[in-house]
Amino acid sequence: MNPANYILLSALLFSIGAIGVLVRRNAIIVFMSVELMLNSANLAFVAFARMNGNLDGQVVAFFVMVVAAAEVVVGLAIIVTIFRTRRSASIDEPNLLKY
Amino acid sequence: MNFTPPAIDYFALSPMIVIFAAAIVSVLVEAFAPRTIRRFLQLLIVFGALLTSAVLIVLNAGTRTVTGGGAVVIDGPALVMMGTIVVLSILGAALMAERSIDPVGDSFAARASSLPGSEDERQLTQRGYLQTEIWPLTLFAVLGMLLFVTANNLLLMFVALEIISLPLYLMTGMARRRRLLSQEASLKYFLLGVFASAFYLYGAALVYGYSGSIFFPEIAQSLTSKPSESIVVFIGMGMLIIGPLFKIGAVPFHQWVPDVYQGAPTAVVGFMAATVKVAAFGALLRILYVAFGGVRWDWDPLIWIVAVASMILGSIVALLQTDIKRLLGYSWIAQAGFILVGLAAASPAGLESTMFYVIAYGFATVGTFAVISMVRDANGEATNLAAWAGIGRKSPLVASALSLFLLGLAGIPLTSGFVSKFAVFVAAIEAGATWLVIIGVIASLIAAFFYVRIVVIMFFAEPTEQTASVVVPSAFTTISLSAGVAVTLILGIFPQPVLDMLSNAGLFLR
Repeated sequence: MNPANYILLSALLFSIGAIGVLVRRNAIIVFMSVELMLNSANLAFVAFARMNGNLDGQVVAFFVMVVAAAEVVVGLAIIVTIFRTRRSASIDEPNLLKY
Repeated sequence: MNFTPPAIDYFALSPMIVIFAAAIVSVLVEAFAPRTIRRFLQLLIVFGALLTSAVLIVLNAGTRTVTGGGAVVIDGPALVMMGTIVVLSILGAALMAERSIDPVGDSFAARASSLPGSEDERQLTQRGYLQTEIWPLTLFAVLGMLLFVTANNLLLMFVALEIISLPLYLMTGMARRRRLLSQEASLKYFLLGVFASAFYLYGAALVYGYSGSIFFPEIAQSLTSKPSESIVVFIGMGMLIIGPLFKIGAVPFHQWVPDVYQGAPTAVVGFMAATVKVAAFGALLRILYVAFGGVRWDWDPLIWIVAVASMILGSIVALLQTDIKRLLGYSWIAQAGFILVGLAAASPAGLESTMFYVIAYGFATVGTFAVISMVRDANGEATNLAAWAGIGRKSPLVASALSLFLLGLAGIPLTSGFVSKFAVFVAAIEAGATWLVIIGVIASLIAAFFYVRIVVIMFFAEPTEQTASVVVPSAFTTISLSAGVAVTLILGIFPQPVLDMLSNAGLFLR
């Protein structure tokens, strides 16, 4: 199969993730959308590694998975703290800081 | 298949290794040391590691090498940036170590997980619990910044970006007072930060796809050697620089800056405002000058637009602010624009002036936040400008120090800010961007207005009942404040030694 199709798929996933971040209002969903964006980048890296015929892209994908896992830990900690304080995970509600 | 391990120059990497080892020891201390001696041990580790690292950077002064399989490059500009980051971190960590300003302890929540306003929180505060988790986080953030300015490939730069960001997201949310604001700032910073990182990563994938390599020198080579330039690599480059531009707080990636400045603990803002800016400019310079130096005309217009937007928006919106921390947040955005003017020159002068600017800016910023942490009323820090009326008559010394920093940031002669603004504007004119400099000068005039307004409020307004008082700090904050004053004056009056050092540092190793 032509690896270029995987690049198109990754661009599609990245766009879905970016739109998800922009339109969804629940912090968890926003966060999941960001993870989708990171994984679409992984897919692009692996597909490009195949097209370029070297392993750099695959190595990057492994590191990104580790970084994404660390990000989940920090992100969920912050979101859970906010949820316990405000009893809501909506990103519209914390609005004390503005202008 | 034979595997040859990469040659690693451990001495060149020692400044980072020291910080990394200290960070791990610091986590272990957090887990195993008894509560009573934890703070003492942590301070010992943090300041010991930072000072050792500073000494190792000085010992490495002549090192120009690419090591770690080509992933890390230690060259002149990298060493200057590393040295600046470590020294500013020492001053920032001193602000965080302060505990005699707030009567109930230091500036961090007794336990970050306790609910704001709960019985749990009240009891912890009453028992005088101090939180020490901030210290390992600080060390990891410093490690990330050191890697960010030395990274020579897209992967290490991404990892370094995350090592900087993740601890800072947490540190933002740990204020002892006004915890709702602090947690909100943390959430906003986190969500926007990871969004920007995702753009960086996808951009990196596109650049890798075009050039077949993640190493900056090879990317530069592929851009000049390939017969046709592809639109893919320029989309990739545009997405790639979103990562550092977000950390710099340039328009349109600036929304988090005022929120984080206002919500985060003041000591943490002092630390991150100074150091992250150095690190992010170091990384941006390396991406643009090393990897994309050959296609300067393709990224210059992009930087021009971002610089103009940052200067104008930051200066004008700062005029309307009533909270001093938020005002400084907008002023950071404007300053980012001024520095980008120097960076857009894409010349050796551009590199030198950008580095000089971030050094001058870093020391003035640490000093500014040292003063802000000392001005307090019954509810904690008094950040509303109304509470600053007449401070200069009650505490002339502290108010004069703050005035010096603000005039420095505004670019008044005899301060570091004047020399740095002059340097970036000269670099831009030499590169032929005179129109950019004209906009820059106009924006500096607008910016000078709001900086001077604070000075006027402090010295020429009558003290009212609302006027806050200035608390006498311990040696920690005093040292940071004095260092800020000294560097701001020295760089303003005798900038030549530092300028010489920067030109001796030379260019990026390719």
